[in-house]
Amino acid sequence: MSTYQAPLKEMHLLLETVAPISEICKLPHFADATPDTVAAILEASAQFATEVLDPLNWSGDQEGARHNPADNSVTTPKGFKAAYAGYREMGGTGMPMPTDFGGMGMPRSVVTLTDEMLHSANMGFGLLPMLTQGAIEAILLAGSDELKATFAEKMVSGEWSGTMNLTEPQAGSDLSLVKTRAEPQADGSYKVFGTKIYITYGEHDWAENIVHLVLARLPDAPPGVKGISLLVVPKFLVNKDGSLGARNDVKCISIEHKMGIHASPTAVMQFGDAGGATGYIVGEPNRGLEYMFIMMNLARFGVGLQGVGISERAYQRAVAFARDRVQSRDVGAPRQPSVSIIHHPDVRRMLLRMRAQTEAARALAMATAYAFDLAAAHPDAAVRASNAAFVDLMIPIHKGWATEMAQETTYQGIQIHGGMGFIEETGAAQYYRDARITTIYEGTTAIQANDLIGRKMARENGVTAKALIATMREFAVELATSQHPHLKATHARLIAGIEAVERAVEFNLANFNSDIRACFAGSVPMLKLFGIVCGGWQLARVALEAEKRLNAGHADAAFYEAKLATMRFFADTMIPEAIAAADTIVNGAEGTMAMAEAAF
Amino acid sequence: MKILVPVKRVVDYNVKVRVKADSSGVDIANVKMSMNPFCEIAIEEAVRLREKGVATEVIAVSAGLLQCQETLRNAMAIGADRAILIETDVELQPLAVAKLLKAIVDKEQPGLVILGKQAIDDDANQTGQMLSALLGWGQATFASKVEVSGDTATVTREVDGGLETISLKLPAIITTDLRLNEPRYATLPNIMKAKKKQLDNVKPADLGVDVTPRLTTLKVEEPPKRRGGVKVADVAALMDKLKNEAKVI
Repeated sequence: MSTYQAPLKEMHLLLETVAPISEICKLPHFADATPDTVAAILEASAQFATEVLDPLNWSGDQEGARHNPADNSVTTPKGFKAAYAGYREMGGTGMPMPTDFGGMGMPRSVVTLTDEMLHSANMGFGLLPMLTQGAIEAILLAGSDELKATFAEKMVSGEWSGTMNLTEPQAGSDLSLVKTRAEPQADGSYKVFGTKIYITYGEHDWAENIVHLVLARLPDAPPGVKGISLLVVPKFLVNKDGSLGARNDVKCISIEHKMGIHASPTAVMQFGDAGGATGYIVGEPNRGLEYMFIMMNLARFGVGLQGVGISERAYQRAVAFARDRVQSRDVGAPRQPSVSIIHHPDVRRMLLRMRAQTEAARALAMATAYAFDLAAAHPDAAVRASNAAFVDLMIPIHKGWATEMAQETTYQGIQIHGGMGFIEETGAAQYYRDARITTIYEGTTAIQANDLIGRKMARENGVTAKALIATMREFAVELATSQHPHLKATHARLIAGIEAVERAVEFNLANFNSDIRACFAGSVPMLKLFGIVCGGWQLARVALEAEKRLNAGHADAAFYEAKLATMRFFADTMIPEAIAAADTIVNGAEGTMAMAEAAF
Repeated sequence: MKILVPVKRVVDYNVKVRVKADSSGVDIANVKMSMNPFCEIAIEEAVRLREKGVATEVIAVSAGLLQCQETLRNAMAIGADRAILIETDVELQPLAVAKLLKAIVDKEQPGLVILGKQAIDDDANQTGQMLSALLGWGQATFASKVEVSGDTATVTREVDGGLETISLKLPAIITTDLRLNEPRYATLPNIMKAKKKQLDNVKPADLGVDVTPRLTTLKVEEPPKRRGGVKVADVAALMDKLKNEAKVI
């Protein structure tokens, strides 16, 4: 068996390279996030993940959440409610939130690591804090002072949780089709009517109140996406003194039977069956989608972290098995007795694919998190703006690539286990099932890819993408100074990867207006191309530091040598896949569009 | 009443340690360090006594390298009110630590000193007992239950034959056993608060204590590898092997 151990050494190395915490704590907002405090926070979060959340992962999957039709309540698996109470007490819910509302004001670069630990240890659990974070952000961003005063503090403390109510049976990826109605009342509130589906933790037994953020149309709203408003609809109305009042007219009429994340209830929510659910508008009418997209950015970043977290967990379990399982002789020493399967080259290949992609995606997530922090808190407006642009470009890449690679890593995790992997009790299969949703919710891979080539690239004529290419080229010059054979090999591959990105970006910009179908046919390959090359770039930044430390005679040589070996594997076997993706983008559209629709 | 809690920074209990190539000791470069688990229990007990109103202040103290500050911050995150680091890079042996602690006790005048019964690195199980002798205070070692009322502590001790309950006059020394309590998790807000708590730094010389080691480590070796067993034909053969081969009887 294997117990989750947070990769703390790796995480600290990232906080010393791609997201330097010693710089972050110089920013006025983040003075409390000093390296020693952050080390203590990571330590405490790791302990909680290992000792409380990881042991509930399998039992939560087997037991699942249950809906009770008699009173429309939901019972979560055994131990989860107590674990949430422990998480709240530890201060987990308020970590990234502003201190004005009782939070700890920790930078995204720190929360990214603690959130990864949550998802590694127990993805079904981690969803509630993740969505509550998003809901708080939306209220703080656009809500009135009254809404903030009523809801923010209790949500930051975790006393109340939050949800995002977007999807309806006819409105999935296309939110212009939302039909839920909100009718204005004399007192300034609204009555909400409609059905929402796929509402994660729409109903549960952990918190006293659940604060739903609901997309709906006002009676005079223009059609399409420009006529959607955002409303707060609490499960229990809140009295003037902050105490809980009457039950609102919103209920969970059922929960879904899903492939994975069984511990997390996915609710069908019914609003307004008995005269209308009381709601309060967030910000201005008809700007709901705009607000929702700001919290969606965070949620997309969070789902990408689920991809990283579940991959890390699958890797740890696969390594433990591969060291333990003795089967077949070493091909290089056929007369010797059978060996543990980690000696077999193909098992090494599978383990390395898992590890290298996970580390690259984590490093890319941390580079994005650092940009989040600079965009939020740097004193220079130009620095804030360039980092905000980098974050916008990276969100679809991180979300899309980290979750797609999680499909492969969890698949390899099972493959390494052989027949045992197909048996549920082994535990490897749960990661594969849990990971499967991550490429779908908060915008499918194709939605991310379309966002990348359209809004984030063609619309601004590739300004940020070209700036990114220039930054990678600058780094390559630095990398070229290394004499280490692994880094020399990496340099050559990375240059080829950057050139592939250039070809693909040029193709997209040249054809977006004249042959848009050709661009969209290659959008997902574009996502993969950017993911691998940018992930390799970040991995190489870490590897370069590892080489410096080795040259300086650092005592932990094994750790840094492993960084260089991982880099070499990524450069030699992953970057060629990116180059192939570029070929698909530039030359693959005709093949994708050639067949007549009727022939399918 | 003040409670003094000495805490030790040790190799984390999850780490598999290795002996250095030159047999001079255990390699602790780049291994994870944390608070000795028995010391964690001692801090928790002291904090509970303060929460019950028995004590007014909990002071954590550690002796060793500057990095022991992390251990003291952790103690303050669990609930100690302030901390003292006795900073030195000299290898500290139990008697030296007991002398250092006596100097701190003379200064702070606590009503109770609660220590872990032993540290998981060298397993000496001596410091509490030595401190008790140096101070001339009563001691209750291996505590699994502690109650304080007035100037008396009633302590249940885990002894070989079962449980022994003794009563002792304060001030006194208590050392903790595993079943005394389950330490709480350090919460993140408390980690932040701990950063702002007072942490004093003194040197052994300031306390007038000579910490020069009295024991010399000659050699540290891994335990011998377990060898495979053999089947013996009968009891006589077994007796013969025990007497002549293993030489244990």
